[in-house]
Amino acid sequence: MNIHEYQAKALFEKYGVPVPKGAPAKTPEEFVNALAPLPEGPTMVKSQIHAGGRGKGTFTDGFKGGVKFCKTKNDAKELAGRMLGNTLVTAQTGPAGRKVQTVYFTTASDIKKEYYLAILLDRGTSRPVIVASTEGGVEIEKVAHDTPEKIHKVFVDPAYGLADFQVRELCFKLGFAGAEAKNAARLIRNLFTCFWETDASMVEVNPLITTPAGEVLALDAKVSFDDNALFRHPELVELRDLNEEDPKEIEASKHALNYIALDGNIACLVNGAGLAMSTMDIIKHFGGTPANFLDVGGGASREQVVAAFKIILGDANVKGILVNIFGGIMDCNVIAQGIVDAVKEVGLKLPLVVRLEGNNVVAGKATLAKSGLKLVSGDSMADAAQKIVKLVAA
Amino acid sequence: MAILITPETKLLIQGITGEFGARHTRLSLDYGTKVVGGVTPGKGGQFFEHGGQKVPIFNSVADAARATGAKVSAVFVPPPFAADAILEAADANLELVVAITEGIPIRDMVRVKRAMEGRSTRLVGPNCPGMVCPGPGSESKGGCRIGIAPGYINKQGHVGVVSRSGTLTYEAVFQLTTKGIGQSTTVGIGGDPVNGTSHLDVIKLFNDDPDTHGIIMIGEIGGNAEVEAARWIKANCKKPVAGFIAGATAPAGRRMGHAGAIVGGAEDTAAAKIAVFKECGIEVAITPSDMADALLRAAKAKGVTLS
Repeated sequence: MNIHEYQAKALFEKYGVPVPKGAPAKTPEEFVNALAPLPEGPTMVKSQIHAGGRGKGTFTDGFKGGVKFCKTKNDAKELAGRMLGNTLVTAQTGPAGRKVQTVYFTTASDIKKEYYLAILLDRGTSRPVIVASTEGGVEIEKVAHDTPEKIHKVFVDPAYGLADFQVRELCFKLGFAGAEAKNAARLIRNLFTCFWETDASMVEVNPLITTPAGEVLALDAKVSFDDNALFRHPELVELRDLNEEDPKEIEASKHALNYIALDGNIACLVNGAGLAMSTMDIIKHFGGTPANFLDVGGGASREQVVAAFKIILGDANVKGILVNIFGGIMDCNVIAQGIVDAVKEVGLKLPLVVRLEGNNVVAGKATLAKSGLKLVSGDSMADAAQKIVKLVAA
Repeated sequence: MAILITPETKLLIQGITGEFGARHTRLSLDYGTKVVGGVTPGKGGQFFEHGGQKVPIFNSVADAARATGAKVSAVFVPPPFAADAILEAADANLELVVAITEGIPIRDMVRVKRAMEGRSTRLVGPNCPGMVCPGPGSESKGGCRIGIAPGYINKQGHVGVVSRSGTLTYEAVFQLTTKGIGQSTTVGIGGDPVNGTSHLDVIKLFNDDPDTHGIIMIGEIGGNAEVEAARWIKANCKKPVAGFIAGATAPAGRRMGHAGAIVGGAEDTAAAKIAVFKECGIEVAITPSDMADALLRAAKAKGVTLS
C-alpha cells in the first residue's frame, strides 16, 4: 500500500525524522488555514498523487509543473488553485494522468547539498538494506548505472538491528562532518526505526538535503507498506486513498480477486499467480495483448467467477476473454458452472475461449457443452491462446 | 529415492484443525501419505479422524515429534501466527518444515530466516504448494504429499521439478505425466520475496540424487534466485535442465518499489533471466505449454533417458 508525501512526512515527524514545515489542503477554502502556520516567504506547492515525476509533469489544461516554487505564500495559494482538481500527467501516471485531490504547502528550504536515502528489503540477503548516495535529487537508477561507486549500501542484521558504527560509517562515506554528521546519523537511525516498526516495504527520501544552518531534512518522502502486515497497523490502513487506485482493482479486492488492469484487449481469468502471469505472456507470444492480470485463487467460488467476469467486462478495451483454469484440487465442474452462470448473468457478446484442465475435467467440459453458450474450447494453454488471439483479430 | 522426502516420510500437520489444514490433511491421507500427528495448541489429546484413520493431535510440535518420531511438518497456520509456528518446528529440531501459509508479513520472515541461520532445520516456503514424492499406486497413490498440490496428476519417475508457482508446477507435472514421464520429487519453493529453500538449494539436491535424471526449473520476475541457480548449473550440473520464466508482460513496479531496481539489478526481468538461462545451457520453454517438451529436447541432446 502506498501513501501520499504529506502522510509520509507526518509519519516521519512522529519518528523524529526532520521535514520542512508543511500542511495539506483538500479544498480551496482550506488554503488559508493550511498556509497560516508557515512563515511568510518562499513556499513550495506540491500536488499529491501516488506517482513520481511530479515536478516535470504537465496538467491536462497545459499548466506545467506539479511541484512549484513560489516567492510568497500568496503566490503559493494562487498556484495551488490551478493544481487542485486538475489532472496531472507524469512519466509514471500514463497518458490519462491523475486528478490532484490534495495539495501540500511547505516552507521552501535553503539547499546546501542534495543526497539520496532509501531503506528497503534486499532479497539476496533477506535483510533490510539502507541505500544512500551523494547524488540526490536525480534518478537513482541512472546513478546506479553510470556511477555505481557512488551508491552506498548498509545491510541490517535483524537480530541486532542497525548498529551505531554502521550509521557512522555511512555518514563518513556521504561526507558529513560536525553538526551535520550528528543530525544525519540521528535521521538515519530514526528512519530505520520508522521502516521497521511500520512494516514498510520501502521508505525513500529523494532528496535528503543539508541546509547552510547545518540541518538535515527529508525534502521528499515516499513510503509503501507490506500489504501482508497491514492487519497489525489499523492506523496505517486509514491512510489508504482509494482515489489513487483503479476502481476495477478496488472492486476485485472486495471479492478476494487479484486483478491488475493493463492496456491490451484480451482479458484473462486464471487460477494461480504464476499461471496468470504466463497466460498474459502466452497471449503476447501469439501476437495478442493482455488486458489484465487476474488470479481467482486456488478455491474460487461461483460468486467469485461471476464477479471476475463483471470486472473484466467493465474494461471497455476488452474484445475477447480467455479463461485458463488448471483445477488441481478445485473441481473443474464447479468452475464450468460458474462460467455458465456468469456469462448468462452478464450477457456476454465477446468471443470467449475456455481451457479447463485437471480435477473432474470431463464433467466440466460437458457442462460447458450442454450450456448452449457460444464459447470455444482450448485443449492446451497454447491452443487456447492462439484461438482467442485469432478471434479477437477477426 | 527422491530428495528430502520419500513415500515413507512421517508427517506432522501444524494447524490440522483449521479448515484449510483439515481439508488438505484429508486429501493427503487419501493419497496414502503417512500423516502421523497434528498440532493445534489447546486440542492436544483429541484425534483428527478421516476414512477410518485416527491422527492424534498434540499441543506442541515438540510433543508431537517426541510421540510420533516424525521429523517433517507442514504449516497451515494463519499468517499472523505462521512465523511462530515455523520457529516452533525449528526449535523441535525437525529436519524439514514446509510452510504453506500465504500472506506472512515480510518482517516476520526476515526474523525467522535470521533465527534459523546455523540450525539444521530446512524451511521450504512459505506461500508455496508444498512437495510431492509420487507413490507406486494408481494415480501415484502411496506417495508423500505435503501441502496443497493435487496428488493424482503425478507419476513415479525420474524428473525433478522446482518452482515458485503452484499452478505452473501442476501444469509442468501434468504435461510430464501425460507424456508418460514420471517425477522423482516436486518442490514448490514459494512466491514470497523471503523464503527458506532456494532454487539453487533444490537444484543441488536434484543434481546429487541418482534417481533424478532431468530437471524442470520454473521461475518468475523479481529477485535473482533463478539466475544464481542457472550459473551454478552451467558450472556443475550434467543433467538435462529445462527452464521457464513467467512475467514477460508484467507491468514494471507494481509490486517492487522504485528503489528496488538498484538492489535487484538488471537481472530482475523475465527477458534477462531467460537470456541467462540460454547462456547457461538451460533449454528454455517458449511457452508454459512447452515445459515437458523442452525437457525432452534437453534430454535428447544429452542422450539421457527420462522415463
